[in-house]
Amino acid sequence: MDQSTHQDKIRNFSIIAHIDHGKSTLADRILQLTETVAARDMRDQLLDSMDLERERGITIKAQAVRVRWKGHELNLIDTPGHVDFTYEVSRSLQACEGALLVVDAAQGIEAQTLANAYLAIENNLEIVPVVNKIDLPQADPDGAAAEVAELIGEDADRVLRISAKTGEGVADVLDALVERIAPPAGDPDAPPRALIFDSSYDQYRGVVAFVRVVDGKFHRREQLRAMALGTIFEAQEIGFMSPVMRPVEALTAGEVGYVITGLKDVSELRVGDTLTSQKRPATAPLPGYKDVKPMVFAGLFPTDSDEYPELRDALEKLKLNDAALFYEPETSQALGFGFRCGFLGLLHMEIVRERLEREFDLDLLVTAPNVAYRVRPMNGEWTEVHTPSDLPDAFDEVEEPYIKASIIVPKEFVGTVMELNNDRRGRFDHMEYLSEQRVHLVYELPLAEIVLDYYDQLKSRTRGYASFDYDVTGFRPGSLVRVDVLVGGEPVDALSLIVHRDFAYERGKALVEKLREEIPRQMFDVAIQAAIGARVIARETVKARRKDVLAKCYGGDITRKRKLIEKQKAGKKRMKQVGGVEVPQEAFLAVLNLNEGARK
Amino acid sequence: MTSAGEGARHLYVHLPFCAHRCGYCDFVTAVGRHDEHGRYVDALLRELEVESSLLAPRLDTIFVGGGTPTFTEPAALERLLAALPEAEEVTVESNPETVTPELARLLSRNRVNRVSIGAQTFHMHLLDVLERAAGPEDVRRSVYVLRDAGLDNISLDLIYGIPGQSPSDLERDLAETLALEPEHVSAYELEAKPGTRFTHAHGAELERQAESMESYFELVVSTLTGAGFRWYETANFCRTGTAPGGPDLRARHNLAYWLGRDYLGVGVGAVSTIESRRRRNTPGLARYVRALERRERPPREVEELTADVVAAERVMLGLRLDEPLSVVGVERALDAHELERLERLGLAELREETLALTTRGRFLGGGVTAALLA
Repeated sequence: MDQSTHQDKIRNFSIIAHIDHGKSTLADRILQLTETVAARDMRDQLLDSMDLERERGITIKAQAVRVRWKGHELNLIDTPGHVDFTYEVSRSLQACEGALLVVDAAQGIEAQTLANAYLAIENNLEIVPVVNKIDLPQADPDGAAAEVAELIGEDADRVLRISAKTGEGVADVLDALVERIAPPAGDPDAPPRALIFDSSYDQYRGVVAFVRVVDGKFHRREQLRAMALGTIFEAQEIGFMSPVMRPVEALTAGEVGYVITGLKDVSELRVGDTLTSQKRPATAPLPGYKDVKPMVFAGLFPTDSDEYPELRDALEKLKLNDAALFYEPETSQALGFGFRCGFLGLLHMEIVRERLEREFDLDLLVTAPNVAYRVRPMNGEWTEVHTPSDLPDAFDEVEEPYIKASIIVPKEFVGTVMELNNDRRGRFDHMEYLSEQRVHLVYELPLAEIVLDYYDQLKSRTRGYASFDYDVTGFRPGSLVRVDVLVGGEPVDALSLIVHRDFAYERGKALVEKLREEIPRQMFDVAIQAAIGARVIARETVKARRKDVLAKCYGGDITRKRKLIEKQKAGKKRMKQVGGVEVPQEAFLAVLNLNEGARK
Repeated sequence: MTSAGEGARHLYVHLPFCAHRCGYCDFVTAVGRHDEHGRYVDALLRELEVESSLLAPRLDTIFVGGGTPTFTEPAALERLLAALPEAEEVTVESNPETVTPELARLLSRNRVNRVSIGAQTFHMHLLDVLERAAGPEDVRRSVYVLRDAGLDNISLDLIYGIPGQSPSDLERDLAETLALEPEHVSAYELEAKPGTRFTHAHGAELERQAESMESYFELVVSTLTGAGFRWYETANFCRTGTAPGGPDLRARHNLAYWLGRDYLGVGVGAVSTIESRRRRNTPGLARYVRALERRERPPREVEELTADVVAAERVMLGLRLDEPLSVVGVERALDAHELERLERLGLAELREETLALTTRGRFLGGGVTAALLA
């Protein structure tokens, strides 16, 4: 096949869909229909390779699969479906010329769909709109189609109506991809450039990069260079997925495939970077590379301090596959040895935590999450603070990350969402009607205001109808203070929080009240104080117990009573000692449940 | 302490029969079965005979507990008491309604010199909650009947924390108790043991009043000590003579448990601890009797007590007493760091080779013990 003709037959596309709107089912159906996978090998949702993904209906790592359809080579580039992975999504989209926008016929557009659809439009992708699940009894294909058409400025007739579950209309989707999406541009004769849109780690072969070749040609055994990071390596194997790895001698402009690098450290190869040939290097990298930084931080401590080495090993292993995960050792005087971990967002944190507990069988104590702060100490240089207790007592300036939040709700909930956002220091940006019923609200909010319970509040106040997405927009100065908690006169580092000055009093008060409930009565009075610097802003006392005896104990009963005492003793060992006070682990999570009390 | 080979100087005899099983009770009991009392006593005496080698030639104490020992058929009870070896203190537990002049004479002529009466409370509505058969009058009458028979060492059991009991109810119970001038008082907070009928019926209420129990315990201790009683064990009080050198009215048998002495227990469900071996007879009445009728030892659970466990128990039991605990030999069971902390908190005092709890420490004895044990 002539090279340019080959390039003309390529179509690269992604699927954009909200969780549960049927992306994986559609992908499976496409693999089946194109006979990429024999029916007997078909496993539900083949693309999501991690158990956790399949279970939660979330795609964590993007992958790419090549299928053949009527003489064309179609590359389906899977995208992570969640807010925390916006950057990865944007790289995946950049690797494509088109996108299938899949919307549930019963649910309509959701905030994530919207965010990713906008991303696709920004990347000049041809959008092929699809309304899925038309077989459902409650489906409203016309309504959903009208919403989608409105969103992308297309005619509603051009919206395909399918059921990925039954297979109805899926062949039309493949035909539409071929017809509507442009073949990749790119100069096959230019110095080679390929965009890394994803990577994974293979314990035997090292880092595997998933790439879209933009210009030129990449050969096996060639010396390659990652342009942003400068990493140089030999391409040990190159190939494409269909759906398993199929090695080839070369990948050419427009093609999608993988490169086995042999690198042993995922941080040497970052998503968004450009690969080029060492021998005939391109002059400029592809645009858009960003160094993604974690914005949400939490302390991870083993419940049993003996498990610290296991936790360290587990984090090391996770990091191999998750370049965005950040961790550094942290020592808390209250919780002992652990790690301060940085995440892209809340879902990322949840996923890491679950994987640690499930795959590595660790029992963890995760402190309340906080955001990254930028602070300029008195006459000092700007630094980033990841732990509230690290914020200095005195500083010139402090900044916190802000987000642009995108919320879609039925119109009757607009008021309640506005109220919630106002309570959270939100600033209204704009709103628009997606349809007569549904409103898209855009707010600016400090990220700190959503890391604890914002999403739960949003869901409960809108009876589950709201959908939510956000994008970090940058740091802004804030009037912030550090509130410390003292138990028995000693500061408990793990309980410090950074809050807006206006909320300091009520949050401090709510926190000590909550702690009074969580800390069991001891053999002495325990003072619980919230303080800003040396100034105590709230105080509660856990009164000493006055009685703690086993009512009676005679000859027939000694063994049982001894066991009771042993049990009592074991219970105490599970508590953390802070200044001689036994503090149950739940107390360290008290701050997680603060908002409801404090804000009602 | 009893040295090895000398034999136990303390004997416990279990008589499981009761007229009714009270809802809160978790002892080994058997309701009614009058026709079986005689057979059971035969079995008991046989066990005593089989195990006689474990007893010292001279006993310090015998305690006949239950059940309701005084509910046992008089003929069977008398046969048992008459067959028991000599001992300096012989205690029998009783329920007030069972104490008749005949019974009192039976006890008295069979060398019983101490009677413990399960009074529990003097309030009818609370006795109903506890499902006790006796009324307040029965308690008073039983004391006089026993005194008339010459029994001059009487202990009254009280229960506090009964669902529905107000602080003034408890004050009156204490006043009524003192008015009867017993030599000894045991006062227990009601324990709602999991799985009992009582917990099922009253668990929620007991949980609600858990916090007020603190003041109840304080009220019991301050009232009784104020009336001249010695708070010699967590739940036990004895009268102290007006003149120094008067009789020691502590329950010597129970004191043996708290001091870690060896004891032999006979009867269904009875526990023995002899030379670091604890064993519990089967709680099944029929199995117990059948085995002994075949001249076999009853089925038993055996627990070997390691040196660590023995030391831990010495601490746990010893700290229930008002007299300091000798730490010699139990150092291994003590957490020195915690001990220091407890001293700082004013809960414990280490003096030379003895450890004592302060008054506040005694109120928190359970927690203090849990903290102290290494």
